[in-house]
Formats: sequence, C-alpha cells, structure tokens
Amino acid sequence: MADIVLDKVTKAFPDGTLAVQEFNLEIADGEFVILVGPSGCGKSTTLNMIAGLEDISSGELRIDGQRVNDKAPRDRDIAMVFQSYALYPNMTVRENMAFPLKLAKLSREEIDRKVDEAAKVLELTALLDRKPANLSGGQRQRVAMGRAIVRSPKAFLMDEPLSNLDAKLRVQMRTVVSRLQKRLGTTTVYVTHDQTEAMTLGDRVVIMRAGAIQQVGEPQELYDHPNNLFVAGFIGSPSMNFLPATVSDGSLHTSLGDFPLGERLRSRLADVSGDLIVGIRPEHFEDASLIEDSIRQRGAEFEATADLVESMGSDKYVYFTVEGEKASAAELEELAADAGSGDLPSSGSNLVCRFSAESRVKEGDTARIWVNLDKIHLFDPSNGRNVTLHEGRSSGVSA
Amino acid sequence: MTGAKWRWGFLDLVVIVFALIPVLWIASLSFKTPATITDGDFIPREWTLENYRNIFNTDQFVRALVNSIGIGLISTLVAVVLGTMAAYAIARLDFPGKKLLIGISLLIAMFPQVSLVSPLFEIERSIGLFDTWPGLILPYITFGLPLAIYTLSAFFRQIPWDLEKAAKMDGATQGEAFRRVIAPLAAPGVFTTAILVFIFCWNDFLFAISLTSTERSRTVPAALSFFQGASQFEDPTGAISAAAVIITIPIILFVLFFQRRIVSGLTSGAVKG
Amino acid sequence: MTAETATEKPTTHSVRAQRKAKARISEGKRQERKLGWLLCAPAAFVMIAVTAYPILYSVWLSFQRFDLKFPDQREFIGLGNYATVLTNEYWWTAFGITTLITVVTVAVELVLGMALAWIMFRTLVGRGLVRTAALIPYGIVTVVAAFSWKFAWTPDTGYLGNLFGEGAPLTERASSLAIIMLAEIWKTTPFMALLLMAGLALVPEDLLKAASMDGATGWQRFTKVMLPVMKPAILVALLFRTLDAFRVFDNIYVLTGGANNTSSVSMLAYNNLIRGLNLGIGSTMSVLIFIAVAIIAFIFVKLFGTAAPGSDEGGRR
Repeated sequence: MADIVLDKVTKAFPDGTLAVQEFNLEIADGEFVILVGPSGCGKSTTLNMIAGLEDISSGELRIDGQRVNDKAPRDRDIAMVFQSYALYPNMTVRENMAFPLKLAKLSREEIDRKVDEAAKVLELTALLDRKPANLSGGQRQRVAMGRAIVRSPKAFLMDEPLSNLDAKLRVQMRTVVSRLQKRLGTTTVYVTHDQTEAMTLGDRVVIMRAGAIQQVGEPQELYDHPNNLFVAGFIGSPSMNFLPATVSDGSLHTSLGDFPLGERLRSRLADVSGDLIVGIRPEHFEDASLIEDSIRQRGAEFEATADLVESMGSDKYVYFTVEGEKASAAELEELAADAGSGDLPSSGSNLVCRFSAESRVKEGDTARIWVNLDKIHLFDPSNGRNVTLHEGRSSGVSA
Repeated sequence: MTGAKWRWGFLDLVVIVFALIPVLWIASLSFKTPATITDGDFIPREWTLENYRNIFNTDQFVRALVNSIGIGLISTLVAVVLGTMAAYAIARLDFPGKKLLIGISLLIAMFPQVSLVSPLFEIERSIGLFDTWPGLILPYITFGLPLAIYTLSAFFRQIPWDLEKAAKMDGATQGEAFRRVIAPLAAPGVFTTAILVFIFCWNDFLFAISLTSTERSRTVPAALSFFQGASQFEDPTGAISAAAVIITIPIILFVLFFQRRIVSGLTSGAVKG
Repeated sequence: MTAETATEKPTTHSVRAQRKAKARISEGKRQERKLGWLLCAPAAFVMIAVTAYPILYSVWLSFQRFDLKFPDQREFIGLGNYATVLTNEYWWTAFGITTLITVVTVAVELVLGMALAWIMFRTLVGRGLVRTAALIPYGIVTVVAAFSWKFAWTPDTGYLGNLFGEGAPLTERASSLAIIMLAEIWKTTPFMALLLMAGLALVPEDLLKAASMDGATGWQRFTKVMLPVMKPAILVALLFRTLDAFRVFDNIYVLTGGANNTSSVSMLAYNNLIRGLNLGIGSTMSVLIFIAVAIIAFIFVKLFGTAAPGSDEGGRR
C-alpha cells in the first residue's frame, strides 16, 4: 500500500495535442479516488501513465515516495482492472488469477493459497476451472478483480471496470467494489465517465475536462459548490438547469422572471456585470402551494406550464419549456455533446424540477413554482467560473 | 420442423454428392485392374493396389512427391514468417506506406501468373535457377505472401491487445507477455494461414511445368502430365489416378480436421481485408 | 502587474513542456515507423522483386525478335511483336474463348455460389459436414480434378463418356468448352460461396425480421435487404473470381491441351513460350494479358468505390 503523487504530469501526443496537462494530485495511502469526465478528457491516459502503459511526457509520478516515471509496469507493483476485463482466453479462471503470482515466481502452495483466498472473497471458488468464454459478464468482471487483488499490490487502477455490465448488475458490482476496497484498504484510482459511479464510490472525485483538472473534492462538496459551469453541469442527475440572466438594479433578470438578489448574492456580484448564466438544481424548485410561509421568503415564484410529469413515487419530475434564448457557453455545448443531446431540437430551454410527491401538478397545468434563491449559482459565461462561490472555494484545488 | 430438416438434409446431400463425385471417381479408377480400367463402371469390379505399388516403384513419382513436399513446406514456412511480420505491422503499427503495402499485395493476388512465366523463364535460365527448387520456391512465396498477409492481419486484428497490457500489469516483461499471452492466441491464425499457403503451393501447375524441365524439381501436378505408367506402352490412367489420390490425401486431411479454421481464414482474409 | 506575471509564467512553462514532450513522442513515433518498415521490408522486397522486375523485363523482351530456336536473329523490333500478335487469328480466338469462359463460369458460379452459401450458412442439419464437403473442390489440386473429369468423359472408360451417345465429347469444340467450364465451376464455386457466406454473416438478423414485418416477401427480402448489404462481399468475390477465371490454364491443359481451338490466352502464351520457345511473342502475350487483367481490375475498383478491400482497414466489420 502506498500513496501516489502526480506532480505536473503531462501527456502530449505526436500531433502536439496535450492529452493531459500539468496534472497535480496527491492520493493518500488507502484512498479511493475517482477520475471522471466525458470521453476524451484524458482520464484514461492519466490512469495509463500511472500504470506505466503510457510514457509521461513531463512532470513526475511518485509511488510510495519513489519516482517511477521510467519504471516498467511490472516494477511498479500495481494492479489494473480493464474495461474489457482482459482475461486470458486460453487460461482457466485459476490460471488467470495465478498468472501474476507465477510471474512473481511464488511457490506452488503459496499461489494456490492466495488464489483460493481471493476466489473466496469474490465468490469465484466454484468457477475456478472454467475458461473465461464460459463465464457471464459479471463473473468475468469478478475474475478480473480477483486477478488484481490476488497479489496484494500497492495500488489498484480500474479503467471503467463496470461499464460493460448491464444496469442492474452495475449497481450491484458498485457495492462489491466499494466494500472490497474498504476491506483491503488499498489505494485505488478508478476511472469512469459515469457521474453516479463517481458520486457513490469515491472518497474524492477528480473532474477532468480536455486534459485539465476542473475540481477535486469530496462528492458532496462538488455537488454543492461546483467551481464552474462544467462541474455544475456534469455532476447531478437530472443535471442542473441553466438559463441566461443579467443583473441590474439589485435584481436578477431571467426568462422565468425578475428575482431579487439576496444579501449572499449581492456581496459576490459587487464587481460583476453583463451577461450571466443562472444554474438551479431540480430539487431547488418546488410546487409553490407546498411551501411553508416560513421559508417562502427565501425564494421567488413564477408560473409555467408543465409539459410532462414523471412520477417517481418518492417525488415528481416536472418538465417545463421556457421560451427565449438558451444559455450558451462552451462548457454547456461540450456537456450536451457528451450526453448526446447536442442536436435535440427544441425552441427555448428545457427545465426539470423535482417536486415533492404531494404535488398535484398534472401535464398541461399551469403551475406556480417556487425557486430557492439561496441555492442558485451564477456563472460567468465567458470563462465558466462560478461567481457565487466565496474566495476560499473558488480558488480551486483543495486537497 | 422435421419437414424443413428433411429439405435441408436433401440439399446437403446434393452438395456433398456434387463435391465428392470427381474425387470418388478418381479413387475408384486408382483401384481398378488394368483389365477393368476402361469398363466405365463407377465402382471397381476387381480391386487392386497394383497402381499404387507401381507408382511408388517409379523414381518419376517418388521424386516428384519429395519435390512437392519439400518445395511446398519451404515456401509455406518463408511466406508465413515474412507474412506474419508484415501482418503484425499492418494490424498493430502506424506507419506511412502501410496502405501501399496492402495495395501491392492485393495487386499481386490478382496478378496473371502467366505474365510472369516468360520473364521468369528467361531470368531463371540466365542465373541458373531454372529447374531448381529455389526457382519454384521464389514465385510460390511471392504469390503466397498476399494470402498470408490478408489472412493474418485479419486474425491479428481480432486479438484483444488489451491482454498485452494486462500481462505487463501482471508483472510480465515484453517477452513474457508475447510468449505466454499473445503467441498462444496468434498460433491458430498462423497455423490456418500456413495451411492455406501450403494448399496454394501444392496446387500450382503453371509455374511447375514452365520453370522445370526434369525430375530434379518437377512437382507432382506437373509430373502427372508426363506420366506414362510403369512401362511406356501401358495405359497411364491407373498410375495417374493413384498419384492423384496420393496428393489429394493431405488436402482431405486438412479439410477434415481444420474445416472450421480454413473457412474462417478464407472468409476473414478475403472479405475483411 | 503581479497578476500578469503570475498568469504568464505557467504558460511559458507549459509551452516548453509541450515542446519537450513533442520531441520525445516523435522519437517513439519514429521507432514505431522504423519497426513497421523493418517488419514489412522483407515481404515487400520479395513481392516486388519477383513481380515488378520480371514484368518490366517482359516488356523489354516483348520489343524484341527473340526465338530461342534462332538466338542469332535476336533484334529490337519495337512494336513488331504486338502487330504480329494483335493481327493473329489464334490470339483473338483464344481471347474470345477466355472471355467466354470467364463470363459464363463467373455468372454460373455467382448463382450457384449464392445457393451454396445459403445452404452452408442456414442448413439445420449437418452444417459441418456440408462445409467440409464443399471445401474439397476448393482444396483439391486442379490437375487432379481435371484428370478426373477427363477420364469421366472419355468414351468407354468414363461413367459420363457415353452420356450423349457416340463420339468423344473432348474431341469436339463446343462440348470440350462445356466440360472445361464444368470443371472450372466445380472447382471454384465453393470459394465463391465462402466469400459470399462471409457477406451473408454481415446481414443483421433484425434487418430481415424488420423487412418481413414490413411485409416483404422472401424474394423481396433477398433482393431489397440482403443483396445491398452483401454488395461489398459480392463485388470482392466477383473481382477475385473474374481475374482468377481469366487466368484459366490447368483445366484446359489437361482436358484438351488446347486442341480444337479451345486455348485460353494463358495456354497460348505458354505454348509460344515453353513449347515454341519464342520469348518475344510469349512476352508480348504476357504483357497483353497483364494489361487486360489491369483493365478488368480497374473497372472493378471503379465499381467498388470506397468498398475496395484495403481502402479502410477493419471498417467493414
């Protein structure tokens, strides 16, 4: 077990593009860190550099205090779980798991003992003599994990290990991975493009975009205090609603209406003017009829017609279309493209609100909606920065 | 359901009969005695091994068989080794000129072999390769290579190369990763390719009769057309048939044991190239 | 002021890092290229040395009067050989025969091959057996098959010899050609079928189901759904087989030896060269055959467009 330090680690590809740019991160011993971001953000490249499967163009990588830039993967003593599982098809489950131990020239008895032990942990004992071709997806995934844990490496690297599983199994395996990591206490770096996995699994989450770290923090921290538009839009499901806005005369003008600026916002916006983007999470809307008077004054109200109501049982998702210009920023386009919704036709902005289950709003109704102004975020569309965060947080990387 | 099965069974039977009749016929001829060989019966009335005994007693056939096997094996070995190297590069590496190489091998696969016969005849005569093993091996390698490159690069593309990374992470050196993980996966493809190339060499007739003039390097297909039987005045039909059966045996064995591989090799190589 | 320098510093640093990285990467890239060339060089060298040089030499020989029976008369005669060949009746007969054999056999093989591919792909019983059987004609030595057909059609000796009454079929032109074509078709239909089967495997099952839900009949499913999806595979199969059929030699050599005007161009070139020892004329024919094949290939490649093999690796999975 060991800590991993990435010090200004950079990866440049032959055509000059920077896949990863001055990546700084200190991963503590035993920590579970998630690298998350849309495809092409450099998260897998970063993982491969830690693994030693790709060269580090510049910067330094230290494992357990030792510089390992020039060490071959085999000399770094770390294990990796691949998205494709990469099980050796010509070997049985037992042989697959024994392979790293055999290469390490352990004795037969020791190999058998360790393989049996790992198989027990992952409930693979009954499958030890099968070939990978005769296993289900979930079983293959477990064998891949088994091959990683069997030699008690300094760290685990996982490259989207669950993305080839179907949805239900993925949720199950998520808890398996989580428990296993807690039990073994091995430093783990986990790459995913799924924000739910990032939120649920990691001690800390690193959000990447275009080869650069956007924000590092505990999941809740990222959710509540996103540094910028990208983080705000990437974390959360359904994702944050964005609308264009302007500020003048102490109030915020949006296509939903004019909202008064509270004390919190007014102090932050002292030196901000011009166009802004307002970001509101779905749960910060509520059916106005359900709001108690004591908290009603923290927010503002407006009216809109519900296009669609999805009852989830525990709560209701209500969809509105707001006419007028859409919020536009490079970050938002990138997020839309990643979600595959970049070219959905729509006139105006689509809003998602999460109402409590008691709400009586039906499709086609004109509903009166309350928005919690304490929780809204304002972003600068030119650079995406969250202007509502106070200095300490907006200055970014916190370890 | 059973009706459909009978229908398919009937169609299968038609195919099998269609495919086998010429082979069974030549086998039948090879077992006929000189007296009954011209009786036109599909099944011999009198069975004999005389024809086989005769051809194995002639230097003409034995020598040709040795030539066929030797030339075929050497050509296959060289073509597969060179082809494996090139196919690995095509499947795994990025380098300028890759497209060109694919283009050249495609051109050669379609090249009219007879166009090479006249210049090769003259060139080989002037440098002393005419009527030698290398004189046949060279063109066989050349025409075997495109086949090998196509089939192998299709095979190599199917290998999950993540495994190489996984092996490295598991503590293997580059050499160990290749020997213990990649090689066992690549072996079936290489083997299948070797069979296809060998069949090609084994089959060739045009180069074999054009670039040889004596028993020194004449292969069986070419020798067959010079067959006169045990003595000059004997009808060569029985001898030809027996020799034909002998050189068909390896083909039948390949097909019986490696049907699946040959099918996948031919289809992946030719269509997905 | 301070803010400016603060932002400036990392920029220059990262540019430097980038430049440094670039140099190192292109080193790795160069290594990869070098390895690629190194691995391909032997194969490329052999293929080019044994084809390109001889074909150029062949062009050189074709401009000369060069008969090995009269080596003293060797001289440069420009296009003289071409004039001789192209005004020769035998050449055009052989060319006609070759074209006829090519067109007929490829057409029949396409139809039979499609049927065989369908059987091999879809049969409910004995799939392995039928595939094994079909591979035998592909694998068998052409000369062996040719002898089998020859003996089969020989009067008295063969089981087919007296099929059409008296007279030897292999001594008449029309029947000889028919037998040559039969032998060719028997030998190469399985190869065609295998290539087409690869195409059949590319047709998604759901597409056929969707078509039948949309009310397409079996024939419509075949022509409107399967054929378009299989088009690349069909074109590849046709290309390979057409060029292969144009080289027809072994069967003719064994079955008729070119008698009764049944020579193909390959047969004619061989006769002039090896039997007649006329290198000049033989080379001229070689060059002409090469040109004819190049034209056929060019037409096919035009038809292919982007579907040509090798134009996109692995893109047509």
